[in-house]
Amino acid sequence: MNDDVAPRRPELVCPAGTPASLRTAVDAGADTVYCGLQNATNARNFPGLNFSPEELRKSVDYAHARGRKVLLAVNTFPPAGQFQLWKDAVGIAASAGVDAIIVADMGVAAYASREYPQLRLHLSVQAGASSPEAIRFHCEEFGIRRVVLPRILTVAEIADVHRQIPCEIEAFVFGNIGMMAEGRCSLTNYVTGISTNMDGVCSPAADVRYEEDADGTLTTRLGSFVIDQYRCGENGGYPTICKGRYGCSVQSEPYYAFEEPRSLNLSALLPDLMRAGVTALKIEGRQRSRAYVKSVVAAFRLAVDGIMAGEEPALTDLIALTEGHKETQGAFQSKSWR
Amino acid sequence: MFASPAASDRPWPLPLLRFLPLPLLQPILTLIGTQVAKTQPDVFLRLGPHALKSFIIDPTDLPFVLVLKPKPEAPSLSAWRRDNAPYSHARIAGTFLDLFDLIDGSLDGDALFFSRKLRVTGDTEAIVALRNALDDVDGGVVESITKAFGPLAPVATITVSHLRRLGGRGKNHE
Repeated sequence: MNDDVAPRRPELVCPAGTPASLRTAVDAGADTVYCGLQNATNARNFPGLNFSPEELRKSVDYAHARGRKVLLAVNTFPPAGQFQLWKDAVGIAASAGVDAIIVADMGVAAYASREYPQLRLHLSVQAGASSPEAIRFHCEEFGIRRVVLPRILTVAEIADVHRQIPCEIEAFVFGNIGMMAEGRCSLTNYVTGISTNMDGVCSPAADVRYEEDADGTLTTRLGSFVIDQYRCGENGGYPTICKGRYGCSVQSEPYYAFEEPRSLNLSALLPDLMRAGVTALKIEGRQRSRAYVKSVVAAFRLAVDGIMAGEEPALTDLIALTEGHKETQGAFQSKSWR
Repeated sequence: MFASPAASDRPWPLPLLRFLPLPLLQPILTLIGTQVAKTQPDVFLRLGPHALKSFIIDPTDLPFVLVLKPKPEAPSLSAWRRDNAPYSHARIAGTFLDLFDLIDGSLDGDALFFSRKLRVTGDTEAIVALRNALDDVDGGVVESITKAFGPLAPVATITVSHLRRLGGRGKNHE
């Protein structure tokens, strides 16, 4: 990365699963907060989470009164015959006055751009658009103004994409990370019949069971499948298939067939990302608590402000909040990550 | 299943609760349930169908568990000896202070779970819904509850602060 290029001040985009979380994110220094409605139109359709239309409206008012923005994720794929729910979500977003909606499905993007031409559109990571050709197509056809890049590109590749597309780039910098192609993973669907991409939930809680035996070994199940077994004292992770340990005939011990449970943390790469032309830095975690939101948003606010002031980035230790208490820079640093 | 920490690890008032007759706790627990129902009705909306379920809140360093039935029209919270607790749909276990801070919105439930300090069994969907509902209370449920003590609210607030200090925590430890 060329160190001579001055970093651009990025927008800090932060998660909120509830109105209280949104207020926490705003108060902790978020420039923008993203959230979802209480249905399958967003990819964090978890019990007890998300916003009613009235809560969304009040939350937009709260953020706007403080000069911050709110984005609504409408980033799942409507099943055949059920498009009305997604149309309604776009209408709710427009009437609430959100600053943009985050879409993945081309039909939803086409509907929103046609019916609400004043509504800014961002392309969700769930669209899996990683090539300049794919991104340009969405920009030209639907007026997409920003792309949230899949977490499969190095910083150098992001800079290269930036030079070839007509829209802004938003890049994840912290939180849950999966190596599965976003918007195309069907592992949960295979096991539970519920679709991550259409129902908006990976490893639905209704199908998750935890059992701890007398020795302190924790067994995690999704449906009828054992996802993992953690020994007493061993750190745990999310009950997702892609991060489970499995036995097979050629391995003596159960092993991580896809990836280890760990979280993305790009705090050390922030200056490079900012020089690469990234407009917005995104923190994952709408399913997490206010305590998580407060800690992570405050840490990244401090780091970004420090970099812009020409200081060494202040990197707060966030390891306690990471999955399995492990961090990675994923593919952003090197393609050798698995 | 859930081992209790050594008595020396606990803030000093907690071991004394071993000798507390549980019926003496009930008026306070009833007051807490009533106060949450009165001041935080959105919690029950967020729970949805899970409001009709029952939860065991198990502070592993105390000699009793709490049974929560968050039925909107008549929420109840009651104390039971661990061995005599009634059937519940879900169980959430951890140290008193970890559960206290979790309910108060000061600790992240996922992080506690990753570190194995929080144990959950039973209906996972109901537990997730409860966690998310409680996390949507500005200022935390504990602050809301202390107000229920009327003229004794300052005493309740001081007691809560004292417990946090003894546990090596402050309100801003998150």
